[in-house]
Amino acid sequence: MASITIRGVKKNYVKTQVVHGVDLDFASGEFVVILGPSGCGKSTLLRMIAGLEEISEGTIAIDNTVVNKLEPRERGCAMVFQNYALYPHMSVAQNIGYSLKVAGVPSAERAQRIQAVARVLELEHLLDRKPMALSGGQRQRVAMGRAMIREPKVFLFDEPLSNLDAKLRVQMRSEIRKLHRRLSATSVFVTHDQVEAMTLADRLVVMNGGRVEQVGTPAEVYSRPASRFVATFVGAPAMNMLEGTVTLDGLSLLGDSRKLNVSRTGLPVGAKVAVGIRPEAVRMVAPGTPGALAASVDLIEELGAGRVIYVDLDGAPFSIVTSEIVHPEPGSTVGLQFAESDLHFFSSETGGRLDVFKASVPEPAPATL
Amino acid sequence: MEKRVTFGRWTIGILFAVPQLFLIFTFFYWPAGQAVYWSLTLQQPWGGGNIWVGLDNFRSILANADYWNSITASMIFAGISTGLAMVIALVLAALTDRQLAGSWLYRVVLIWPYGIAAPALALAFRFILAPEAGFMAVVNKFWPGLWDPGLDGADAMASIIIAFSWKYVGYNFIFFLAAFQAIPRSLIEAAAMDGSGVIRRFWDIQFPLITPTIFFLLVINITESFQDSFGIVDIMTAGGPANATNLMVYKIYSDGFKGLDYSGAAAQSIILMLLIVALTIVQFRFIERRVHYR
Repeated sequence: MASITIRGVKKNYVKTQVVHGVDLDFASGEFVVILGPSGCGKSTLLRMIAGLEEISEGTIAIDNTVVNKLEPRERGCAMVFQNYALYPHMSVAQNIGYSLKVAGVPSAERAQRIQAVARVLELEHLLDRKPMALSGGQRQRVAMGRAMIREPKVFLFDEPLSNLDAKLRVQMRSEIRKLHRRLSATSVFVTHDQVEAMTLADRLVVMNGGRVEQVGTPAEVYSRPASRFVATFVGAPAMNMLEGTVTLDGLSLLGDSRKLNVSRTGLPVGAKVAVGIRPEAVRMVAPGTPGALAASVDLIEELGAGRVIYVDLDGAPFSIVTSEIVHPEPGSTVGLQFAESDLHFFSSETGGRLDVFKASVPEPAPATL
Repeated sequence: MEKRVTFGRWTIGILFAVPQLFLIFTFFYWPAGQAVYWSLTLQQPWGGGNIWVGLDNFRSILANADYWNSITASMIFAGISTGLAMVIALVLAALTDRQLAGSWLYRVVLIWPYGIAAPALALAFRFILAPEAGFMAVVNKFWPGLWDPGLDGADAMASIIIAFSWKYVGYNFIFFLAAFQAIPRSLIEAAAMDGSGVIRRFWDIQFPLITPTIFFLLVINITESFQDSFGIVDIMTAGGPANATNLMVYKIYSDGFKGLDYSGAAAQSIILMLLIVALTIVQFRFIERRVHYR
């Protein structure tokens, strides 16, 4: 168990900078997920913690010891790689036990610990096989075993589930979660899959373009996204975003074509904003209902438990998630209604979250047209 | 769907193969067959008629101490030069693999020696290793008489081994480097995370994974050290001093074309061929078992 402290960490390659000054604190025993689109620097950050990538600027400390100059083996981290990186010429037992062999653990004890790990991961019957003869999920488990057997202070996961099929991914996800509960080692898990991130994380770090956009619990990140990027990246389908301008009596949306009466936002009149609303916060009502926005239905995606209705709001795409059993005809007009408290405001210039409705209304009045 | 190219009629396939078959037949099977025939007869030095003598040529060669000396010299040459060329290339490739900036340059520069004709490089090394004027003259200045390939058989053998190894280091390097680069980076990183240092990683991960390449190069290097050594020996030592560097392939030439003993030379080339075949079989039989094909 160990805490990780990251201070002003940057990563430069010859011509480009891929991580632009990251400050993070991971508490001991925490399960942290770093989420971001590909190329956002999340894997680079993980590899800098592991010691596989040099830290250009700043410091990384594990248990208050700066590890910048330490070799990977001296940092007490174990890592699960995206493509598993199993040694193809070694059996499963040799793969799992390699770190112990390097450390000079006597073979009797080694065999015993390999057995113990194999039992936890249900690999006992596969110990003599070569990685070639294993399925994807089994290889994944061997990679986990190889990390586990060292009883590391820190577990690092570099998109370990992305090569698995959907069903196996869900299963491995819960296994990783259970494993963390059992070992309670500090874990850092990198992924671009937001479902994985939301379900696994104690705390979520959202990265974009080499910067940290937001740190918080999955619920916090979901309900109060710190920026427009986070708002649209977390949540599926993505949060609806409507460009607008603050007017005297509310907002004008979509180039003045729609008006939205809201309480005083506290923003200066004429300010350009992006207004976000989660698809699941939108209610579909009969067209012409007072205060509802009219939109035409494009497409319906049936999900079984619910359905996603894609509508067209004066050319802007907009989606609604509902569990009600409704099937509006494509092309028909529907009314959209939502609560003022469900609106998220972002600056059009910086993309940052704007705090509005400071004197928040306890009973959210429906927004009216 | 059939992945291979298929022909509607077998004759078209044969037609495509004919040019290659023709070349192989003309330049390999025919001369080889001729050599077998000659080795079983007594050829006239100036042509015109021959006598069937059965295995007499082989009997007389194998009863000759000079020939056994030549086999020993060839074995020593093959063993040391293959070992040297492979170990040096392996070390260079392992070092290069770690820092790859400008690797294209190494590849180009290091393949060049292989492209140099053996006599040309032998001439260069004859100057470089000359006892009176070359690089080794400095050594001789401090330890007079230490190095003289013209008089000392061991020095002469060392000279041709150095020249041959130099040529094959580049060739082997290219293959080794390619093999190292084919190992996924993450395997090395995983081993580093497992606590393995540079040397340990080399022996535990990289070396086992490049065994197919090592095996391939071993077969090629041994075969070539029996065959490709002719030019080097001819220019640098001409088989001397006192037959110390009279390798099998050179003895075939000197007995056949200088001594005009075509039949004996033909028999020797058959023996050389059988020896290489036998060595290759041994390698496949006993060394290939230890190769990890992925």
